[in-house]
Amino acid sequence: MSTTKDWLLDDSPASRLQANLGSSYRMLRTLMRNPLTVIGALILLVLILAAAFAPWIAPYSPLGQDLGARLLPPSAQHWMGTDELGRDIFSRVIYGARITLMIVALVAVISAPLGLLIGAISGYFGGWTDKALMGVTDVFLSMPKLILALAFVAALGPGIENAIIAIAITSWPAYARIARAETLTFRNSEFISAVRLLGGSHFRIITRHVLPLCTSSMIVRVTLDMAGIILTAAGLGFLGLGAQPPLPEWGAMISRGRTFILDQWWVATMPGFAIILVSLGFCFLGDGLRDALDPKQGGKE
Amino acid sequence: MATYASGARHLTQSVKSLGGFVVVTLLTFVGLMAITFFIGRVIPIDPVLSVVGDRATQEQYDAAKIAMGLDRPLILQFVSYVGDVFQGNLGQSVSTNRPVADDLARVFPATLEMATLGIMIGVGLGVPLGVWAAARQGTWIDQVIRVFALLGYSVPAFWLGLVGLVVFYANLGWVAGPGRVDIFYDGLVEPVTGLLLVDSAMVGDWDVFWSALDHLILPAAILGFFSLAYIARMTRSFMLDQLGQEYITTARVKGVSEWRVIWTHGFRPIRVPLITVIGLSYAALLEGSVMIETVFSWPGIGNYLTVALLNADMNAVLGATLVIGSVFILINKISDVLYRVLDPRSR
Repeated sequence: MSTTKDWLLDDSPASRLQANLGSSYRMLRTLMRNPLTVIGALILLVLILAAAFAPWIAPYSPLGQDLGARLLPPSAQHWMGTDELGRDIFSRVIYGARITLMIVALVAVISAPLGLLIGAISGYFGGWTDKALMGVTDVFLSMPKLILALAFVAALGPGIENAIIAIAITSWPAYARIARAETLTFRNSEFISAVRLLGGSHFRIITRHVLPLCTSSMIVRVTLDMAGIILTAAGLGFLGLGAQPPLPEWGAMISRGRTFILDQWWVATMPGFAIILVSLGFCFLGDGLRDALDPKQGGKE
Repeated sequence: MATYASGARHLTQSVKSLGGFVVVTLLTFVGLMAITFFIGRVIPIDPVLSVVGDRATQEQYDAAKIAMGLDRPLILQFVSYVGDVFQGNLGQSVSTNRPVADDLARVFPATLEMATLGIMIGVGLGVPLGVWAAARQGTWIDQVIRVFALLGYSVPAFWLGLVGLVVFYANLGWVAGPGRVDIFYDGLVEPVTGLLLVDSAMVGDWDVFWSALDHLILPAAILGFFSLAYIARMTRSFMLDQLGQEYITTARVKGVSEWRVIWTHGFRPIRVPLITVIGLSYAALLEGSVMIETVFSWPGIGNYLTVALLNADMNAVLGATLVIGSVFILINKISDVLYRVLDPRSR
């Protein structure tokens, strides 16, 4: 029937490409079996599309003020109503997707490789290197993340870049722990010894042979952490320490709407729905990825 | 049959592990102080300015600079900082003009009160919900509880607080609004423990008690929802582990009632790991209270921290961070110890 499918699922693939594509296809099928995972993936797709095509999707400018249309309730013209400066909230939420996506991506790009590297070095070398690095990691892990991020932002000064730095500083330790645990499981295995016997340097072993094996559990963990990162970023924005006005950051928008919450509820509530939707999307996808990539923990559904 | 020798070995082992435990805990505290020291003294370009504020006179500035010992090497500064912290000296707050330690002692009970009621709600509802979901695994009840629990990971606490205020205070009028007690009851009860519910009940002032409870219930319930989400999720997965075991099948085959299978055979073994989960979520509530307190103008440590942040009052920020961090570490360590003490396998 479908020859592509047979080719993908061939038990004896003829090339490395075929084998890789086949395993991706199998994983995708496992993922698609769980409806919540599909919903999560769709939500994130919507987020990415909204961020990419914001100027075409948003009916109004996110910053354009219209003082004649202040605090209008949701209607056909303004789906989510307008705020205290007459800006269309729906358009601002759409543009806010860009900021959220940027925060999430930057935090992941900074903290995951950092944690990965620290954990891999710690697990690979062992001994005092391990004790020292894990000591630092554990101190950071034993601290409440949000409070630590708040204190860092207080010292660095408010702003979206500093918020990203602060969140990244508080997120790497969990990844270091995972990478170390993974590294320990295959540190003494034969393929590592083989590379060493062939004269591979420590640097080469860690970057070419240790790190790639840690990535799948790292991807799962990062996805699961994304909801927390979004909430922390929104919280910093809400407290006035993250993205600064007039940027349409969702947390900061809620903070502005707080003043009118009793009479004009939509100003503060609408951006909140966007936060919940995106966080839920990451939770669903993370759960599904964990079940698909790590049969040890999940699969008991 | 426990022989004397094995008992003695066991005792040495516990002393050893206790010693190691104390060392690790102390090191964690020193690490925490290193972080706050780094944040307060190393990151800011002018640490003096961040402590005295930009309205300080030149004399105040110079006095603070000498008091902070900024002319000395960094490591000596850190040693004296640790010494100060152990003596309970956290410096002066710019915004309240009082020692930060006094401020924190005054506001902390309010947070403790809210977090304690929150964890009671979280445990009281979260554990039964988790057990229920596991017992009805795969049914729509299980799905509803799972999504409900995932919402706890996706809803911003400050947003839920605002929505709660609109719905339950403004529209339904079921609960009192922001603040800790109605304004005309404020200061009527002399603080003894600092927990308003306890203090008012002790002197028998029930008007104050009910007013305080009225104000407390909504923020505590919202905090409780977040711990409920986590506790229910963990309870469900622990229970599923147990219910899949063979001894459960044996019990069912023997004809033990389903209620007994779940609560006596299934639930008993998970009580110990649940203690760790509850400890962790109690500590997390202290963190969550920062946002909730800001929304509800609750005069606790979270509100104190955010006000200090907005005033760039660095001593207060670091003091509050240190206290919340210490309590967080302490609760984690206590639940760790409890786990070891209560787990029969480690006896």
